[in-house]
Amino acid sequence: MTRIGRLFECLKKEGRKGLIAYLTAGDPSPDRTPALVEALVRGGADLIELGVPFSDPIADGPVIQRAGERALRAGTTLSRVLEIAEQIRQHSEVPLLLFTYLNPVLRYGLERLAQDAARCGIDGCLLTDASVEEAEDFVAAMQSHGLDTVFLATPTSTRRRLELVARYSTGFVYLVSRTGVTGERESLSGAVTPLIRAMREVTGLPLAVGFGISRPEHVAELGRQVEAVVVGSALVRLIERERANPGLEAALESFTRELKTGFRELA
Amino acid sequence: MTPQPDSRGHFGPYGGRFVPEVLMAPIEELEHAYLAAREDPSFQHELDGLLHNYAGRPTPLYFARRLSESLGGARIYLKREDLLHTGAHKINNCLGQVLLARRMGKRRIIAETGAGQHGVATATVCALMGFDCVVYMGAEDMRRQRLNVFRMRMLGAKVVSVDTGSCTLKDAISEAMRDWVTNVSDTHYLLGSALGAHPYPMMVRDFHRVIGEEARRQILEAEGRLPDVVLACVGGGSNAIGIFHAFLSDRAVRLVGVEAGGRGEVLGEHAARYRGGAPGVLQGAYSFVLQDEHGQIASTHSVSAGLDYAMIGPEHAWLHDERRAEYTAASDAEALAAARQLSRTEGIIPALESAHGVAEAIRLAPEAAGKILLVNVSGRGDKDLDIYRANFPELDES
Repeated sequence: MTRIGRLFECLKKEGRKGLIAYLTAGDPSPDRTPALVEALVRGGADLIELGVPFSDPIADGPVIQRAGERALRAGTTLSRVLEIAEQIRQHSEVPLLLFTYLNPVLRYGLERLAQDAARCGIDGCLLTDASVEEAEDFVAAMQSHGLDTVFLATPTSTRRRLELVARYSTGFVYLVSRTGVTGERESLSGAVTPLIRAMREVTGLPLAVGFGISRPEHVAELGRQVEAVVVGSALVRLIERERANPGLEAALESFTRELKTGFRELA
Repeated sequence: MTPQPDSRGHFGPYGGRFVPEVLMAPIEELEHAYLAAREDPSFQHELDGLLHNYAGRPTPLYFARRLSESLGGARIYLKREDLLHTGAHKINNCLGQVLLARRMGKRRIIAETGAGQHGVATATVCALMGFDCVVYMGAEDMRRQRLNVFRMRMLGAKVVSVDTGSCTLKDAISEAMRDWVTNVSDTHYLLGSALGAHPYPMMVRDFHRVIGEEARRQILEAEGRLPDVVLACVGGGSNAIGIFHAFLSDRAVRLVGVEAGGRGEVLGEHAARYRGGAPGVLQGAYSFVLQDEHGQIASTHSVSAGLDYAMIGPEHAWLHDERRAEYTAASDAEALAAARQLSRTEGIIPALESAHGVAEAIRLAPEAAGKILLVNVSGRGDKDLDIYRANFPELDES
């Protein structure tokens, strides 16, 4: 079992919900990513999604697109992100999930990535543009090195597709709260509740919900329904805004802590 | 050769379906709707009627006598897709897809465009059907193709400027996909080339097959035999796959796709996928794509916006591996010269895209006495007059 699996076991035992934090590795520069991850963890993030930037991110809204452009300009590559993971591992046992698109992974080599990622302390991988139909080789490579493969389920997914997502996912299933690209929203979509119910019918895996979650009250609302909540663009926007400010790490830590207060009223 | 693609949209190893999960169910729905429409005689009947009465099919096959004589070798025939309504082959696919969208109950149409020809054709069919139309276009392409931007707006379409990445076709497709991801329930994405996730490469090809079917019949009538070489420019490759398809089983007929050689051999200076591309995934499909060693998609350059794209359509990648088609490139300069030569010898000003195919015919013809070359003139050059003016300043003195 990976750190991801152990995290969800531990959350269950302690009766807690998990906060998953996304950031684009290498934004604003690869050297700063380990410290930003540490700040997220200090603020209470339970799992980190390390976004690997890609030139053509079709599933991302403007905030994460801009982060990817900054990271690429700063020379971030998949190999560099693995080095970043290795650095994080020297100080932390926080579960790490690679979050990216297929092409950089294919170019690196599936088998080579699985091997190197496992060695660097990565726990799993999610590819936003690898449909379950096309994912057999990816899943086989990752699982042979003991890594989790996380797939997305969305409000448009049919029952047959939810079953496929359940079959190929390990660790947890990532539910997309609404149709659309990544990015913050004022309020949550009503589409997620039926999706959660439908997914529970086909899997016993823990569920996390992401896309559009930016406030403690969103965290609270979803925390009642699933095991973990993902925040991405809101954190990336803070990094964008404060990236020239020496107080960036402190600001990130405090915003993460504030998001986490959403879970408090559940206890 | 076995019929392609397979049931999962693979042409050999290429093609497939690489999109975010949110689009998977709508794409499956599109595939089912298309397969049902293809078998429905009333769908085909309505499409044939529009192709004939609205778009102007069949298009002529024209023997380019003065061009052929001036080169002193092969007999060159031109398939005149430039004479279609809206000025390019793109209307074939747009009419097919808009009828399909209506059948699926989707009345909002989105599209990407490079040169603007596909955007114009999409805006046209939306006006014809009374549908809402949003066209995504790179800011750089909007600058290069101002006249087409105006044309789309006059037809009632909203043109959205895309200023991310390289501000060209690739970025317009990404933005259209983001729109589709967000508005899947009422929106059809009218993709304009033989690219993207299954069923698009198959469906777009099918709607353009009429080009080759007509041309094959016409050349047999005119010459009593098949051509020796069929040539077409290849961006994503819709006009090329459209004219190639009817000749696939005629093994003696060489099929030549002409990519954009741009202004140099270095990555970033051209859009010739067979000069340094490698297999990869971009915007829904697995095919040959220009990319760097880290799997980031490379920027491309071509004087012709319609060929300025990093990936070749997956069926072309397969035809290349099977050695059934060959792919070569014409440079910006060669395409410009070919356009001028065709204009002067035949009174036909081609689109810059099509001029790449003409350029290769001009290169082959002198050494090909007794041979027949068939070139797809996929579009006309009206939209490119600003670029021609800039490149032929000696014609522009007042």
